[in-house]
This record gives sequence, C-alpha cells and structure tokens, in this order.
Amino acid sequence: MSGFAKSSIARKVVMALSGLFLVIFLALHVTINFTSVLSPDTFNAWSHFMGYNLLVQYLMQPILVAGVVVHFVMGIALEIQNRQARSIRYARYNGGANAPWVSRNMIITGLVVLAFLGLHMYDFWAHEMVYKYLEANPEDPTRYYGETVEKFHPIWRTGLYVVAFVLLALHLWHGFASSFQTMGINNKYSAAIRSFTRLYAIVVPLLFIIVALYHHFNPITH
Amino acid sequence: MKLLLKIWRQQNASSKGKFVDYPISGIEGDMSFLEMLDVLNQQLIDKGEEPVVFDHDCREGICGTCSLQINGEPHGPDRLITTCQLHMRMFKDGDTIVIEPFRAKAFPVIKDLMVDRSAFDRIQQAGGYISVNTSGNTVDANTIPIEKTKADDAFNAAACIGCGACVAACKNASAMLFTSAKVSQFALLPQGRVEATQRVLSMVRQMDLEGFGNCTNTGACEVECPKGISLENIARMNREYLMASVKG
Ligand code: SF4
Ligand code: FES
Repeated sequence: MSGFAKSSIARKVVMALSGLFLVIFLALHVTINFTSVLSPDTFNAWSHFMGYNLLVQYLMQPILVAGVVVHFVMGIALEIQNRQARSIRYARYNGGANAPWVSRNMIITGLVVLAFLGLHMYDFWAHEMVYKYLEANPEDPTRYYGETVEKFHPIWRTGLYVVAFVLLALHLWHGFASSFQTMGINNKYSAAIRSFTRLYAIVVPLLFIIVALYHHFNPITH
Repeated sequence: MKLLLKIWRQQNASSKGKFVDYPISGIEGDMSFLEMLDVLNQQLIDKGEEPVVFDHDCREGICGTCSLQINGEPHGPDRLITTCQLHMRMFKDGDTIVIEPFRAKAFPVIKDLMVDRSAFDRIQQAGGYISVNTSGNTVDANTIPIEKTKADDAFNAAACIGCGACVAACKNASAMLFTSAKVSQFALLPQGRVEATQRVLSMVRQMDLEGFGNCTNTGACEVECPKGISLENIARMNREYLMASVKG
C-alpha cells in the first residue's frame, strides 16, 4: 500500500476525486446563491441552515475544507515535480500545436481561483466567525440577503468575482472531464461525459456570475 | 531551399550545451529531414569540424531510434510520422529550424541531439513480458480465440516503437503513454493476464523511479505519437493499476 500512496497514479486519483467532490459542492453552492435572485426569504432560510446546522458546520464544512486543501496542496506538489521532470527547458516549445491552453495552464487558472478563495473566505467565512463567535451576536435568520447584496456593491469586488469565475470555468473545462480519464473511464460514453462536463463548466460559473451582476446592478435602496 | 538551422550542440552529458547556427542551402523538398542533416554533416566533415550527433537506424519509421525536437515539436510539424519520415517539403525557403534533443530529466543528453532513452528499457524489463511454456509443448498463440476488438486494441498498443516523443511532447515529461501502451498490449490478451497484477505495479513503479513527470491529461502525447497510440491506453493502465493496488 505504501508503494501505491507514493505512485504518480495514486496522486492523480487524489486530484481527480477531490476535484469531483468540489465540482459537486459547486452545484450545491450555486443553487443556494441563485435563490437570492429568486427569493430573499428562501436565500435567508438556506443560508441560516448552512450556518447553524450542526451536521453542516461540524461534518460537511471540515470535509469541504479538507477537500480544497488536498486539491491545491497536491496540485502544487505535482506541478513542482512536473517542472523538475524537465530541468532544462526547450528553447522552442510549441505547446499550442498539440494541446489546448486550458489543459496546459491548470496551475495558473487554479492559483487564481485559489487567490479568489482567499478573498471569499475573508469576505464570508471570516465575517461569519466574527459575527457568531467573537462578537457572539444572537442568531438572526434574516441578515444574509442584505449582507450578501451589500458585498456586491463595490465594482472591484464584483469585477474580481467575474474574473475568478471565468478562470474557474477554464479550470473546469479541462479538469472535470480529465478526472474521468484519470479514474480509468475512457469508453463509448466518454464523448457524452465530455459534453456534459463542458456544459457544466460553462453553466455553473455563469450562474455565479449572473448572481453577482444581478446584485451589483440591483442594490438594496435604504 | 535555403535554411538556417539552429542546432543544440553539447559535448557530453556533463557539459553545458549551446545552440550553434548553421546556414544551409541546396536542400530539396524530397529529402528527408535526416538526409538534410546528412548533407550538413558532410559539409562539417569537409571543413574539418565535428559532425552533429543524432540517433537513427531504420529510417523508415519502424525502429523508434530517431528523435529530435523540431521547431518545438517531437518528430517535427507533420503527424503520425517519425523524424526519419519527415520531408523537407514541410518547410519553406528561408525558414529557421530550431533542432533540440528530446528534453526530460529521465532522458539525459549523451551528445548533441542524442539522448539516453534506456529508462524505457528499464520500464519494459520491470514487467513487459509474459510467461510461456517453452519446454516442447508450447501452444500456438493463435489457437486461443480472442475477440476481434480486443485483438485490434492490443495490436494498436503494440505498435508503440518506444521513440519517446510522448515524453518529449508532454509539458510534464510524463511517460504514461509509452508505459500504458506496453501495459495494454499484454493486459488485453489472455496470455498477458497471468502476470497482469504484478506487471502494472512494477512498470508504474519503475516509471516513477526514473523521474518522469505526472500525466495531467493534456493529450499532447497522443497528438505527437508517430504511431497514433491512444489516450485510452492511459485510462486502461489507470484502471489496471487501481485494480492491482486493491488486490495487493
Ligand atoms: S507511445 Fe508513441 S510517442 Fe510514445 S514511445 Fe510509443 S510510439 Fe513513441
Ligand atoms: S530511424 Fe527508425 S524510426 Fe526513425
């Protein structure tokens, strides 16, 4: 088993499985976000549930954090190893001739998404921690909608949000389909899987962007 | 045709190499790329200079000995061919052609454009074989019925000539396409199932030990492979490897 854990294939499988887990999480996240466009009350109810349900807080949230950490730590470790595998670079390397840009630049799209995640954690998660534990504010199931819409007020944040999700789309475009190949799934269903993953890679980030733009252009007037 | 060749020259594995410019003229479109290098080498010999060292043997795309990264692509800009099958008609008068060795930590330069690909031999030795009873009652392989699609897939995998273009093309210098072809050609056939578990574990371990990078599914290898080895083989090897790891 120790040989397995150290092998290149096992590491790729870890990337694929953590990636697939995050893909599923994105679907849940975007669904809740989108309710904020449809109904502030539904959005508040879901946000409150996610913020105070014990199962979500003490089981799902740690698993999610672990999934993110494993995915990016392993991704960076593999990138370093891959660079070392060609210590002398080519003077001329025509990468575009044989592989799409997105597949060759997962580290760039991934690092941008990671940087955005830092901002996102500061904006929402750190804010929740301060609100709930440091200031020990009472539960207020109606505050989420207003707070969220407020966040999209500054153009810089909305802009960063849009850019990050475009890069996430590029990351998913290669990564989602790629995880099936890594898991050994390459058969008569692969074309259908690829179409589905590419549709997903466009639709999910697009919905996040639509939510952000919607709130930016429809601020709450006090 | 008149061309400017920028060729990597390196005395030996430990010395630092550099590009040297060689203007060349009188090149015909019908010449192969290696014939063009032969012309250059003859000129260098006539001038008392050291000829450029490059690998070649069959010169008909079957042995896998020729290599070369040509203008940023292994085996040059054409598809499904080796460097020895590349014709100069793929280039235009006045072109500059950058010629480098295949670059990977696991393929150290021996001299100039010649690299040491014995890492591939060691991967093969780790498991690229089957046990056959040779004690007088050897059974003819063709007496075992094999599904046509499986036989075709095994044959296609076995078409790999071990040239190393997959490693050279991959941004990670990964040897997954080569190794997966060698695993697949046996894994698909009943004769290969006997050692299947140990084979994939050993070959992947050796591949990792040699210092190749990790596959990120860019697909560059498949595009550059002169024998059209498919990425399906990599998926098959991943499957074989996961199953073998579970079995122990
Ligand atoms: S898989 Fe293709 S590119 Fe790689 S060694 Fe075999 S023939 Fe050459
Ligand atoms: S010299 Fe044999 S394949 Fe090119």
